[in-house]
Amino acid sequence: MAEVSIRKAVKSYEAGVQAVKSIDLEIADREFVVLVVPSGCGKSTTLRMVAGLEDITGGEIWIGGDLVNDIPPRDRDIAMVFQNYALYPHMSVFDNMAFGLKLRRFPREEIRKRVDEAARILDITALLGRKPRALSGGQRQRVAMGRAIVRHPKVFLFDEPLSNLDAQLRVQMRTEIKKVHQSVRTTTVYVTHDQVEAMTLADRVVVMNQGRIEQVGPPQMLYHHPATRFVAGFIGSPAMNFLPCRLERMGACLGVRLSETVLLAVPASRTARYEPCLGRPMVLGLRPEHLTDPREPARPDAARLDVAVDVVEPMGMETLVHFVIGATPACARVDPATPAVPGGVLALHADMGQMHLIEDAAGSVV
Amino acid sequence: MGNEARPGLRPGPARDQRSLDPHQTSSSLRVRPAAFAVHAVLIAYTLLATLPVLLVVMNSFKSRRAIFGNPLALPGPDTFSLVGYAKVLGASHVGGFFLNSITVTLVSMGLVLLFGAMAAWALVEYRFRGSGLLALFLSIGIMVPIRLGSIAILQMMVDLRLENTLFALILVYTAQGLPMAVFILSEFIQMIPRDLRDAARCDGVPETRIFFEVIAPLLRPAIATVAVFTIVPIWNDLWFPLLLAPGEATQTITLGIQQFIGQYVTDWNGVLAALSLAIVPVVILYLVFSRQLISGLTAGAVK
Repeated sequence: MAEVSIRKAVKSYEAGVQAVKSIDLEIADREFVVLVVPSGCGKSTTLRMVAGLEDITGGEIWIGGDLVNDIPPRDRDIAMVFQNYALYPHMSVFDNMAFGLKLRRFPREEIRKRVDEAARILDITALLGRKPRALSGGQRQRVAMGRAIVRHPKVFLFDEPLSNLDAQLRVQMRTEIKKVHQSVRTTTVYVTHDQVEAMTLADRVVVMNQGRIEQVGPPQMLYHHPATRFVAGFIGSPAMNFLPCRLERMGACLGVRLSETVLLAVPASRTARYEPCLGRPMVLGLRPEHLTDPREPARPDAARLDVAVDVVEPMGMETLVHFVIGATPACARVDPATPAVPGGVLALHADMGQMHLIEDAAGSVV
Repeated sequence: MGNEARPGLRPGPARDQRSLDPHQTSSSLRVRPAAFAVHAVLIAYTLLATLPVLLVVMNSFKSRRAIFGNPLALPGPDTFSLVGYAKVLGASHVGGFFLNSITVTLVSMGLVLLFGAMAAWALVEYRFRGSGLLALFLSIGIMVPIRLGSIAILQMMVDLRLENTLFALILVYTAQGLPMAVFILSEFIQMIPRDLRDAARCDGVPETRIFFEVIAPLLRPAIATVAVFTIVPIWNDLWFPLLLAPGEATQTITLGIQQFIGQYVTDWNGVLAALSLAIVPVVILYLVFSRQLISGLTAGAVK
């Protein structure tokens, strides 16, 4: 059990590529932090730096009050779960889990006890005698987690542990991971590119982009108060609509001009906040779930918007409607009972109380 | 059965139907002239390679008169004779020669495998100054035959007072086998997923134990391959035993057999029997290692 702090950590490679550009992150003891990084950009590098598998080019990494920059992975007391499980193929499940303990010369009974306990938590007691090749993907991932749990390390590191599993199993294992964390409460750093995993698992989510931290916060905060256009577009599915717009005066209040004909009223409470942006090119951010069919009773900040429907996607519990505003494609989430037909006109309510106003050039949310 | 009219045009369905209809036999052979040609070449090569061996073994069981009378005949009741074997096993130091050969081959193989695997692991896993040059140096060892250095090696062994010792042969054979071993094993090590080593590191396994307890067990098929590649040339070598260890006590079997071949009289019974016997150990070793040549040992490690 320990806190982890990453201070001004930098990782650059010989070719001059900076994979990680000065990251600052404080992770509290017992906290579950998810680094969510879109595919591609040095996803695991930060995690591997904490593990000690990558040297850091600059900055400091502290685990449990110790500076670990120059300490090899085996002395950092961390346990890592890999995307492709990385089980020792020639050892049984029991030996896979016990290997690290045997090396540390734990007494036999203690090893047995810890492995049994981890196997019970993960529900793999029946598999202890098997070799990894006789296991399914989900079972292998459990064993990989078991190998981490038995060590009772200071920190768990998860490197995209679910991305090799099929969709159904992924959802199931996600719950398992959360359950395990609730029972062992070890500080956890988890890397993924899947924002749903991030939202569902994390105490705090760290959104990274191009080697930089975009925003850190609890899942709900990132959803409701994204700091940048990147975070706004990354968190939430389907993604937030971004509509180019201009602010105009509408009597005492402000309005968002989307096109010649469309002008949506901004809630009066935001007048002071948005006033400096008058006249500049801005982007209106509005999530599909806040662009819905008119409901009773109407929300106070709802603004009416008539759209020509392009595509209708019934999802069962809701229906996604795609259309174009001005020249920008957008999406709305409506009730399945709403009579939306391709080519038809649909009246929507934009919940302007949930709007985000984004600087077009800087990408920051006002 | 529309296919009967043009059986050669659609080999797939025609073959499927043949299994249902025993009277239709026309098509399946015709579609595989290429496969037939390949097999013909392979069979011809197999005969070319095995017939001389067969001839040696066959004639080793025949009397001297029968060997010269009809060398291609199988040993019959009249011609069967174990005189060659009796001579070889009874008379000379053949037992000692065998022991020398086995010692040299096995020890050299062991050293080649140990050092080869360790060197391959180091070259693949660790980036250090000169690692590229070292890999290049080792691959030169594959291209340049070690016999080119025979004179220098002989001089060195004499200076070290190692002439006429098995140790001299072991040193030379280890050097001879290493480049290829490093080359093959590093290819295999590269195929071992990186995460496995990293997982071991996170598990707290020291580097030496990662090599011996995680990597080496996974290299078994590769090690078997290298073992086979290593032992055969060592066992069959005549050159270095003749050069470095021709003394009575240190002769290997390939060299020892030569005493049956004289300038004027050659004891063919002895030569053939000794040659036949010399094949046996290397065949046994081959069988042992080829059983390990199973791939897919890393199944279950990842994904």
